[in-house]
Amino acid sequence: MRFGHMLASVALGFATLASTGAKAVEIEYWQYVFDTRVKAMNQLIAKFQEANPDIKVKQTTFPYADYQTKVAAAILAGQGPDVVQLFYGWTDNFIAGKMIRPLRAEAFPSAEIERDFFPIVSAMKRGNDYYGLPTAVRSLALFYNKKAFKDAGLDPNNPPKTLDELVAAAEKTVKRDGSGNIISAGMTLDMGGQDHQWWREVLVRQFGGVPYTENDTKVAYNDEAGQKALTFYTDLQKKHKVGQAGFMDEGQAAFRAGLAAMTIDGTFRLGSFGTIKAFEWGVTELPANAQGMRSNYASYFANAITTKAEGEKLAAAEKFLKYVSSPEAMKVWMDVVGELPARRTAALTPENIGHPIYGPFLKGLEYSHTTLFKDEAAQRQTAIDMANRVLIGGEDPKTSLAKAAEAEQAIIDRAKR
Amino acid sequence: MSTITHREAAGGGLWSRMSLGQKQVIWAWGFLAVPILFYVVIRFWPTFQAFYLSVTDWTITKPASFVGLENYKRLLEDPLFWQVFRNTFLYLILGTPISLLISFVVAYYLDRVRFMHSFIRALYFLPFLTTAAAMAWVWRWFYQPVPIGVINDILSSFGIPQQPFLRSTSQALPAVLAPAVWAGLGFQIIIFLAGLRAIPVTYYEAARIDGLSEGAILRKITLPLLKPTLVFLVVFSSIGFLRIFDQVYNINTNDPGGPLNSTKPLVLMIYQTAFSSYEMGYAAAQTVVLFMILLVISLVQLRLMRDR
Repeated sequence: MRFGHMLASVALGFATLASTGAKAVEIEYWQYVFDTRVKAMNQLIAKFQEANPDIKVKQTTFPYADYQTKVAAAILAGQGPDVVQLFYGWTDNFIAGKMIRPLRAEAFPSAEIERDFFPIVSAMKRGNDYYGLPTAVRSLALFYNKKAFKDAGLDPNNPPKTLDELVAAAEKTVKRDGSGNIISAGMTLDMGGQDHQWWREVLVRQFGGVPYTENDTKVAYNDEAGQKALTFYTDLQKKHKVGQAGFMDEGQAAFRAGLAAMTIDGTFRLGSFGTIKAFEWGVTELPANAQGMRSNYASYFANAITTKAEGEKLAAAEKFLKYVSSPEAMKVWMDVVGELPARRTAALTPENIGHPIYGPFLKGLEYSHTTLFKDEAAQRQTAIDMANRVLIGGEDPKTSLAKAAEAEQAIIDRAKR
Repeated sequence: MSTITHREAAGGGLWSRMSLGQKQVIWAWGFLAVPILFYVVIRFWPTFQAFYLSVTDWTITKPASFVGLENYKRLLEDPLFWQVFRNTFLYLILGTPISLLISFVVAYYLDRVRFMHSFIRALYFLPFLTTAAAMAWVWRWFYQPVPIGVINDILSSFGIPQQPFLRSTSQALPAVLAPAVWAGLGFQIIIFLAGLRAIPVTYYEAARIDGLSEGAILRKITLPLLKPTLVFLVVFSSIGFLRIFDQVYNINTNDPGGPLNSTKPLVLMIYQTAFSSYEMGYAAAQTVVLFMILLVISLVQLRLMRDR
């Protein structure tokens, strides 16, 4: 099958070469290695080249770990991609390094972008300029193990809708041995996973606060709302004892093994959970607070045009970027990768909304937030440490929260220099 | 062949007028030039560049500008640096003596074992051949809480409360250190065995005829004559523990050096500063500090343990 694809694309490549001769403009596209993403992009490139026989697109991929360093080094050396995929959180870095250029308003009018895309695309905007557009976006949802729900006497088709119901369901589904050790968690606790996003953009807001102000440059969660949010989170382990940080090493591992009834994770986990055979699982929107307020965290990889692209390559790069952010490309991406379309019309089709798995993620997009990270790894670390100080060190949430706020503010301030 | 004769002829007799000794010197330097050039370009030049980078604020994407000793000042004021400094020395002062003691005891008794000697030696050496990353992952699963952690499963089957290990700020560092010590044993045992074998048997025979006890033989003959081996191993393993990285990083990839930085060594801090936060200047300053520490410790150890 894959060989057939390869053969087809090689044949197509030869055909394009033969028909256009030396006239074709070649542009380079870079993204990190992830099997389905590479496959989807190959399909998109083949379709794009068919429609634009005078443009050739060459895809280059790297392991995720080296990706940023390699892109930076290559572009600064005048080499590398014309169109590059980057995490929205790296945008500031890429702009500061003069690696990507603003999208020309004539080719990509802001008004159209804001009308057609989900509002989280604003994370790619600096001043009046957009610096890139996503093909697909990711959001969070609550995954639950239907078998564990049934075994605990809960309705597997009626997952928790509020935070209180979440705690109640977790209390019913948790299993402990004779000494009180958890042998199957009700709810996973994994700040290193997606919980830090849940805490920051969802719980803090649901308890009446905001995580940041001034375009995410001022930490604002060090207040009563933040305290309540952190207490709620750490109480899952300390008071309700329905989960335990580090149980089964990682939250997703616990859920995969059938040893956790609920976990919060993103669209990107669908591929991995899709191979679970031992039990049936479901997805539902992140629980609302007592007043019914919901929130979500969305993120995405965007495609941007680099400063290397000039003249006819720039024109070709713009055409290519337009194509990979078209509704048609988004459909391919969703079918192959399983990520949600970044355009409203492409995403919110009745078929998608009614979909038992995509539906809850899509609903989350409507009210989701996107954190403008300065240094995602370091900022995540402050959240991990904040929870650990309470869970391991026994510190009270108030003190731990204050320390986290101070540490995170320092990281943001340093990046601003 | 013909080109060589041709070139020699064209050399105008300079080569032929040289003495044999001079020619030998030129040949020697000709060959030595290759590794010297390699070391200068691959090792020394980047080292000097690191010194330069440590006084700039280079972040890969932004051009470097000179900031003086700003990075060093920040380092001294950074509580994380002092914590990491403490951790690094804990790895050293726990790791080196423990691993040397165990490997010496094993080597001392293994030296007397004739039965399946090579096989047992190979068993001890095996972990040294294993990739540190793979080993760290196996141990990571050993340390898990019930139901999957082997150690905690055993503890709880005896009714002993389960231990947090990697999820504790006090137990995590020894827990990370244990596989590192275990992995290094094989190498140290082999070196100790070689050292023990190098001691002439006649000394032992003479001592036994004179009626010295086994303990006295160990203290008066074996250990003093083993000193060169010991110096080598102390320096070698100290540098190893000061540079510990793979084990720490892989045993807790979700929170490298955690929990709460209780296992983070200096090298991991450098790695994160450079390749996660991209603060190359600050990372270079940390590297210079690590370099100084390694240099001072090696010099002190060599001086202390040098033969009079």
